[in-house]
Amino acid sequence: MIELRNVTRYFGDFTVLKDLSIKIEEGETFVIIGMSGTGKTVTLKHISGLLDPDHGEVLIDGIRINGASRRVKERLRRKMGMVFQSGALVNWLSVGDNVSLPLVERQEMGTDEIYEAVMKKLKLLHLDDAYYKMPSEISGGMKKRVCLARVLVRNPEIILYDEPTSGLDPVMSSVINNLIKEMDSEFGVTSVVVTHDMESAFFLADRIAMLYNGEIVQCDTPENIRNSVNPVVRQFVEGAIQGPIAVE
Amino acid sequence: MIEKLDRAGSVLVRNMEFAGFTILLLLKSLYYFKNIFGKRHEIIKQLYYAGVKTFPVISIVALFTGMVLGLQMGIEMKAYHQEIHIGGVVIATLTREMAPFTAAIILIASVGSAMAAELGTMKVSEEIDALEIMSISVEKYLVMPRIAALAVMMPVATVYVNVMGSIGGAVVAKSHLNISYGLYYHVLLEHLHFKAVYVGLLKAFVFGLGISSISCAQGLRAENGALGVGRATRDAVVASFIMVLIIGYYITEFFFRFGL
Repeated sequence: MIELRNVTRYFGDFTVLKDLSIKIEEGETFVIIGMSGTGKTVTLKHISGLLDPDHGEVLIDGIRINGASRRVKERLRRKMGMVFQSGALVNWLSVGDNVSLPLVERQEMGTDEIYEAVMKKLKLLHLDDAYYKMPSEISGGMKKRVCLARVLVRNPEIILYDEPTSGLDPVMSSVINNLIKEMDSEFGVTSVVVTHDMESAFFLADRIAMLYNGEIVQCDTPENIRNSVNPVVRQFVEGAIQGPIAVE
Repeated sequence: MIEKLDRAGSVLVRNMEFAGFTILLLLKSLYYFKNIFGKRHEIIKQLYYAGVKTFPVISIVALFTGMVLGLQMGIEMKAYHQEIHIGGVVIATLTREMAPFTAAIILIASVGSAMAAELGTMKVSEEIDALEIMSISVEKYLVMPRIAALAVMMPVATVYVNVMGSIGGAVVAKSHLNISYGLYYHVLLEHLHFKAVYVGLLKAFVFGLGISSISCAQGLRAENGALGVGRATRDAVVASFIMVLIIGYYITEFFFRFGL
């Protein structure tokens, strides 16, 4: 279970997250929606322990990750993986080496075993032809899928997705969305998905939280979000220009 | 006035914080030297970048450093009819001070800046975050191989600068001072003291540790996209240069004071 308790985070004078509290149950797919710059990615980085809150605490399975020792953080991070918006691939490693990197560094498996595990995940994401390609030779969408393969190869219990379908064509978006759904239903993975894509959000979510100006304005089931009477949520879901969300 | 003091104070705090971060990074990376065999491929790659790739530029700079030394000192010494000792002056200047300093300047410009830019780009493109989430130690995976490579390559480059610099001095001694190569090298070897060589090599080794840890630290603290990477690269070069001057001075003083 993931829990954020009264998390506040400042960047200089700007308050990115204001007293944010979220509880995400085991096996749940929790989607965070909101405008750009409202703190969605910052929330993911707090869950992964990459950022520490200025106030409040973040608990993973009841253990506080913020301010934890390196060893505790490493132990908690072994349970989780994160799909980055840009892919975040190591640019001097081939696709295959990128995906095998966490297994090679952990030194728990033999070379053949690692190759098999990597190929299995690459096939799952239709990337088996790209094993020897370098990140500079593949598209942005492929990079994102490679990043997902690198996460899946570790079999994590928690997966954090930062805009998993942005920059992907509709067919590949469906592949990724189905895969996220499958991870949830078949392996009981807890997923936290940050997205702008409302279609993906409604398809994936058990619950959706709308983040606006660092605060959650509504956290509810997809159905209730779709029929929300909250003007901020309504405007965002409908993509309307007129409304309380100022278009800058 | 208070505003200026406030600004000066925050600059001081920032620099102290960076110094602490760099020292910790160096210590953590030294701890991972136990994994040096497992990281041999990465270290060899870094040795190639720091060594083979930079040797053409080191050759040119070292040769001309020796030639300038020979010319400047030779002209002055000729006025006192002491030009016969030019080989000794060239090697004495090179071994203890000029060679490690010249090698450091070249490696700061070519390798240190590249390290800062490379790690800085990885930082702003979230690759460092990705490694952290995968529980891969950045110090072990990225920093240690770079520090090991530069700590090895700096003394090697220093020896090479000594060799090339003395060749440059010999060319000038022959062409401008009419001193034969045989006489030049005879005097040079007479003045080649073991102490000067090991002090020079020790300096080079310390410079190698310092340059690589400063450059990696600057890269790892880069933020704000391409602008931040540029700033990190510039700061790495400036900080490394200052470190080389200060540490170089104190190593020299230490050995003189204790007569080592």
